[in-house]
Amino acid sequence: MKFASRLVCFDPAPGDRFRPMSTPIYQTATFEQEQTDSCGEYEYSRSGNPTRAVLEKHLAALENGTRGFCFSSGMAAIATVTKLLRCGDEILADSDLYGGTCRLFSKVIDRGGIIAHYADARSPEQFESRVTPRTRLIFAESPTNPLMRVIDLRKMAAIAHAHDALLCVDNSAMSPYLQNPLDLGADIVLHSATKFLCGHHDVTAGAIVVKDEALAEQICFAQNAEGSALSPFDSFLLLRGIKTLKLRVDCQQRTAQSIARFLASHQGIKQVYYPGLSESSDYELQRSQARGPGSVLSFTTDSVEVSKAIAECARFFHIAVSFGGVNSSIGLPGTMSHASVPSELQAARNLPPDLVRISVGIEDEEDLIADLDQAIHRAISIQ
Amino acid sequence: MSTYGLQDSTVAIHGGRSLDSHASSILFPLYQTSTFVHDAVGVDKGFSYSRVSNPTVDALEKAIGALEQTPPAICFRTGMAAITTLLLSVLKAGDHAVISDVVYGGTMRLFREVLGNLGITASFVDTSDAANVEAAITPATRIVLIETPGNPTLKLTDIEAISRITKQHSVLLAVDNTFLTPILQRPLDLGADISILSTTKYIDGHNATVGGSIATRDEKLLERIRMIRKTLGTTQAPFEAWLTLQGIKTLPVRLRLHCEGASLIARWLEKHPAVEYVYYPGLDSFPQKALAERQQRAPGAIISFELKAGKEAAIRALNNVKLCSRAESLGGLETLITHPSSTTHADVDPELRCRLGISDSLIRLSVGLEAPEDIIADLEQAFAAAASGAGLEEVTHEIR
Repeated sequence: MKFASRLVCFDPAPGDRFRPMSTPIYQTATFEQEQTDSCGEYEYSRSGNPTRAVLEKHLAALENGTRGFCFSSGMAAIATVTKLLRCGDEILADSDLYGGTCRLFSKVIDRGGIIAHYADARSPEQFESRVTPRTRLIFAESPTNPLMRVIDLRKMAAIAHAHDALLCVDNSAMSPYLQNPLDLGADIVLHSATKFLCGHHDVTAGAIVVKDEALAEQICFAQNAEGSALSPFDSFLLLRGIKTLKLRVDCQQRTAQSIARFLASHQGIKQVYYPGLSESSDYELQRSQARGPGSVLSFTTDSVEVSKAIAECARFFHIAVSFGGVNSSIGLPGTMSHASVPSELQAARNLPPDLVRISVGIEDEEDLIADLDQAIHRAISIQ
Repeated sequence: MSTYGLQDSTVAIHGGRSLDSHASSILFPLYQTSTFVHDAVGVDKGFSYSRVSNPTVDALEKAIGALEQTPPAICFRTGMAAITTLLLSVLKAGDHAVISDVVYGGTMRLFREVLGNLGITASFVDTSDAANVEAAITPATRIVLIETPGNPTLKLTDIEAISRITKQHSVLLAVDNTFLTPILQRPLDLGADISILSTTKYIDGHNATVGGSIATRDEKLLERIRMIRKTLGTTQAPFEAWLTLQGIKTLPVRLRLHCEGASLIARWLEKHPAVEYVYYPGLDSFPQKALAERQQRAPGAIISFELKAGKEAAIRALNNVKLCSRAESLGGLETLITHPSSTTHADVDPELRCRLGISDSLIRLSVGLEAPEDIIADLEQAFAAAASGAGLEEVTHEIR
C-alpha cells in the first residue's frame, strides 16, 4: 500500500461493535473490570486508552516500527527517551539541536547524573571520536533546526551500534512521510507531533516509535509510571490531522522549493539554508535518506535589524514558534525558539544572529512569495 | 439497567447507562464520527449516519428517558430545534395549536416567521386558566403547548386540568419542563403526552452546551418525531451529547442547592425596601402556591422581581452587578441576571408584554450555585449603586 493510502486505511476502532469511520473518543479516566483479580485490555487511561491505542498503533505503522507511544508534548517524548539512561550514562548529541532539547539535557537530566556532550555530527569521524565507554544514547535531528544541516543517519546508526549505544532521531522536521529513521538504522524515532503530524496548530503532542520489543517495554513502563501520555481528545485530533499529512506536506514542500529558489536569487538575502536547493552541499545526502527536503528553511540577511524587520513586515507569515502547520510562520531562532540554548553552546554552534527561519504553510504560493518580497523591500528601505 | 424504584440521584448517574461493551470504559465513548461501516450492503450495527443516530447521542437519549421514565428520549441540537421538529411532526397546513402566552419568545417567533407561512396557526392564551384553553380549541387544533412555570413571571399552569381537556378533545398536550426538569416536575405523570426540555439549562447545568430533548410514552409519536428529525437534520451533536451526559449526573444535587439558594434570596428580596414585588413559587405571597405544592416537588431557582424605582433603576441595578452575570439563558452554575423587557422578550409586542406582567422594571434572576450570601451582597450593592444613579446605559440587544 502506498503512503497516501496507509494514512487513511487503518482500523479506526478495533473491536468496536458500531464500526464508526472515525475513532471514538474514550474520554474516560477508568474502566470497569469484570473480575477483582484481573483486568481487561484497559484499566486506567494513564496506562492505556482505546483512542490513544489506535493512534499509537497507526504511528508505529507509519514509521515502519512495531510499537508507538504518544505523549502530552514532544518534550515529554524526549524526556521519556532519557529515562532509558541511568546515573553516569552519557548522551552524545549533534550540536545543532532544538533549544528545548538542549535545556532538558543541560539543566534537567544532569541532576540525575546523566551528562550530555555535543559535537558536529556532519563530521562523523570527529563525532565518533567524542564517543566514550559511557555513551549510551546518540541523539540527532535531520535536517537540523534551524540551520537545516543534513546529518548522515546511516553513519550515525553505525557509530551508535559500534559502541553499543542507541540512536534516537528527532524526525519532527520531516514527518514519517518524508523520512523513516528506523529504516536507516535508528533504534528510536521521535516526533513533536505538534508539527507536521498534527498540522493544524490545535494539538501539543509527542510520539516515540521503536521496533525492538525490549525497548518498547521500557518506554511503555516510563509512560505509565510518569503519567505523560497523550489525552484522549488530543489523540482524536491527532488521528484526524494525520489523515491529510501527505496532502499538506506535498503542498508545503512544493511552495517551500519555490520560496527557497526565490530567496536564493534575491539580492537582499545573503544565504539560504535549505537542502532542497541543488547547489546545497547537503542536497545529495538528503536525497539519499529522505523523500524530500521538507518545508522549513532559513536564511540570513547580514543585518539583525533587517531580519527582524522582515519578520515584522510579513503579513502571511505569523511571528510564531513551532513549524509544520497549515499557516506559515516566521521567526528569529536566536531570540525565539533557541533562546533556551545555553550561551556557551550558542557560541559553539555559531548560530547567525540574523538567521530567519520560516515554516511554509499551505497558503497560495504566489501570495507567500509576494509577501516575502514586499517584506524584504520594506525591511531594507526602513534601515 | 432498570431504574424502577431507584432514587433520582441514582437514576441521574446510572439510569439508561450501559457500559461500552468493547473497552468497559466507565464513561460512554464520544463517537465523533459522521458515518459507520456496514457489514454488508444494507447490514449495519444499528448506526449508519450521525444525522440519523449516533451511539453517544443514543446514550444521552437513554439517560434522559430514564429521568423522564419514558422510552429513550429524542435529542436535538437546540431547544428550538426540539420544538420546531415536534411541531412539524404533528402539524400540517390548516392545523392549529394552542400555546401558553408566557411561552419563550422564540416559540412565538417560530409561529410568526415560519409556521404561519406554512398555513399553521396558533392561539396564544393565558393557560393558567384552563377555561381559556378549552375556549381556544377548534376542530383544527392538534396540540396544546404549555410552559409552567411561565417565563419570566413564573405564572403556573395546572397540567392535570389542561390534560383533562386535551384528552377530551383528542389533542396532544406538550409541556416545556425546562425550568424544573423531570426531577422537580413530572408532566407525563400529570397527564401530558410530551415533555420538552431545553437541555442547555439545568440538564447540562454548566453553560457548556446548547441542546433540546423530547420524551413521550407514545411509541408511534416517537417514531414520527425521529423520522422528521432525520429529515430536518436537527439531531444533537456527539460532543454536546457527551458533555450533557456528564452534566446530568449532578442534576439532582445541583437542583437541590439551586432551590435552597433561590428560597433564601427570594425571601431576602421580599423584605428589601427597594423591591416592589417578588415572583417565586416558594413564597407564601405567591398567588398559586397551592398549585406549586401540588404539581412541583420544589419551587425551582428562577426568581423575578420588580424594583419600586422603575425601569431606569432596574437597568442601573443590572449595570452594577459584579458577581452576577448579565446574560441570557438560565440553569447554569453561574447566577445570571436579565432584564426581560429589553432582552428575552424584546421581540414581544409591548401591549402583550404589559398583559403578561412583563413590566419594564422586571428583573429575572437564575440563581446559580455561588454562596447565597455572596449573591445577596452583590444585589444589595447593585441596588444601592442604582439608587445613587450610577450605571444608566440603555440595555439593548436583540433577542436570541
